[in-house]
Amino acid sequence: MTARAVSEATFDQEVLQNDKAVLVDFWAEWCGPCRAVSPILDQIATEHSDKLDIVKLNVDENPGLAMKYQITAIPAMKVFKGGEVVRTVIGAKPKPILEQDLAEFIG
Amino acid sequence: MRDIIIIGSGPAGFTAAIYAARAELKPLLIASSVEIGGELMNTTEVENFPGFPEGIMGPDLMGKMQAQAERFGTEVVYDDVVELDVEGPVKRVKLGNGGGHEAKSLIFATGSAYRKLGLPEEERLSGHGLSWCATCDGFFFREKTIAVVGGGDSAMEEATFLTRFADKVYVIHRRDQLKASKIMQQRAFDNPKIEFVWNAEVSAIHGDTAVTGVTLRDTVSGDVSALDLDGLFVAIGNDPRTHLVHGKLDLTAEGTIAVDGRSSRTSVPGVFAAGDVIDPTYRQAVTAAGSGTVAALDAEHYLAALEDTDGEPAAASAEAAEVDELVAVDLADATR
Repeated sequence: MTARAVSEATFDQEVLQNDKAVLVDFWAEWCGPCRAVSPILDQIATEHSDKLDIVKLNVDENPGLAMKYQITAIPAMKVFKGGEVVRTVIGAKPKPILEQDLAEFIG
Repeated sequence: MRDIIIIGSGPAGFTAAIYAARAELKPLLIASSVEIGGELMNTTEVENFPGFPEGIMGPDLMGKMQAQAERFGTEVVYDDVVELDVEGPVKRVKLGNGGGHEAKSLIFATGSAYRKLGLPEEERLSGHGLSWCATCDGFFFREKTIAVVGGGDSAMEEATFLTRFADKVYVIHRRDQLKASKIMQQRAFDNPKIEFVWNAEVSAIHGDTAVTGVTLRDTVSGDVSALDLDGLFVAIGNDPRTHLVHGKLDLTAEGTIAVDGRSSRTSVPGVFAAGDVIDPTYRQAVTAAGSGTVAALDAEHYLAALEDTDGEPAAASAEAAEVDELVAVDLADATR
C-alpha cells in the first residue's frame, strides 16, 4: 500500500479531523533520504493500517504547511492525534528503529 | 553459500561489486535500508569524478554505479547488517529483517559517518535548525542567516550551496586557513553572501525548540562571543563506520580498519575492507572506487587460492601475502 498524498486543501479533513492517529511524512522530490524512507513507511502503513494512517505531504507544493509545522529538516514524520502533533521523528531510519519510535501508535 | 558478500553501497562497495560480478562471483551487496548510495547521495554536483567533464549529480553517479554492478549480476539487498561473524572459513551476516547470509569472503565498505560537534544540545536540536545535510535541509532556510562549521571541501560545498537559499552564510572554522581545495576555497571567497569567522569553534548551541544562535570561542585568544543564527550546518569531517567489527578486526590508531600494506586484507583471512572505512587521509569518491577494485581483486585471489588448497583459508592468505611481497620487490627495483 502506498501512503496517499495530502495537500493544503485536504490536510484539515485527512489529518486534523481524522479519528485515527495519522503520520504525516513531510518530504520532497530532491531529498534522497526521503526517497529511502518512503518504501519503509509504505510497509508500516500496510502492516498497521488498522491503527495508524500514513500520508505524505510534499513540502515543495505545500510550503505553507511546512512553515506552519516548522519543518527545517526532511524527512520529518509527525504523528497527529486529535489535530495535535504528538510525536516527531526526523531523518530516514531503518524500519526496526522507526517501529520503535512509533511503538505506541502501532503496538 | 555465496562466494562473496559486500557490505556498503558507496563508490567502494559498488565498484567492488562491478569487479566481483564481472569475475562471475555473483556478489550479494548489502546496501543498507536508508543510506543506499552512501555519502554522495547527499551531495549535489560532483565535479572531480573522471569521465564526467560537465559534472554529475551525486545521486545520478551512484545510480549509474548500481546499474553497472547489477548489469553483471550483482544482487542488491536493501537492509542493514546488524551482526557479523567473521571468524573461520564461513562468514555470516545477520540482517535487520532477521534474515541472514553466508559467504566464503566478505568485503567491508561501510564508509564513514558525519562527525558530531560533541555538544550536549546537539541531539535535542538536530533536525530543528541543526543539520548535517545542506542538500536535504537548505531549502528551509530561505532568506535566513545560517552558519556552516568546518574548513574542508564539504564545508565549502555546503556553504556555497546554502547561499541559494539563505541571505547570509557564515563559515566558522577553528583555524585561520582552510583545508579545502583551492577551487572550492575561491568559490566561497568570491561569494558575497559568505562571511568567514576564523579561529573560532562552536562551544554551545542556543535555542529551546530550534536553533537561535551559537557561542563561539576564539581558538587563539580564548575570547567568547555570541552569534545569532537560524540554522547551523555541521561539516567537520567523518569518522569511519566500524561499530560492526569492533573486537573482530584490527583497527588503526586513526580508527580505520587496519589493512595489510597496499592491499585490502584485514586481520582476518577472507575479510577485505575498502573505501573510507580504511582511509584516514584521502576519502574521495574516486579513491574509494579504486579501493573497491583492490578489495574485489584481493577477494578473487583469496577465493581462487581457497579452491586450490581445498578450502584451507590460512594457506590462501599466506600465499596472497607472498604475492604482495613480490610486487613490493618489483616496485623497489623499478624506483632504483
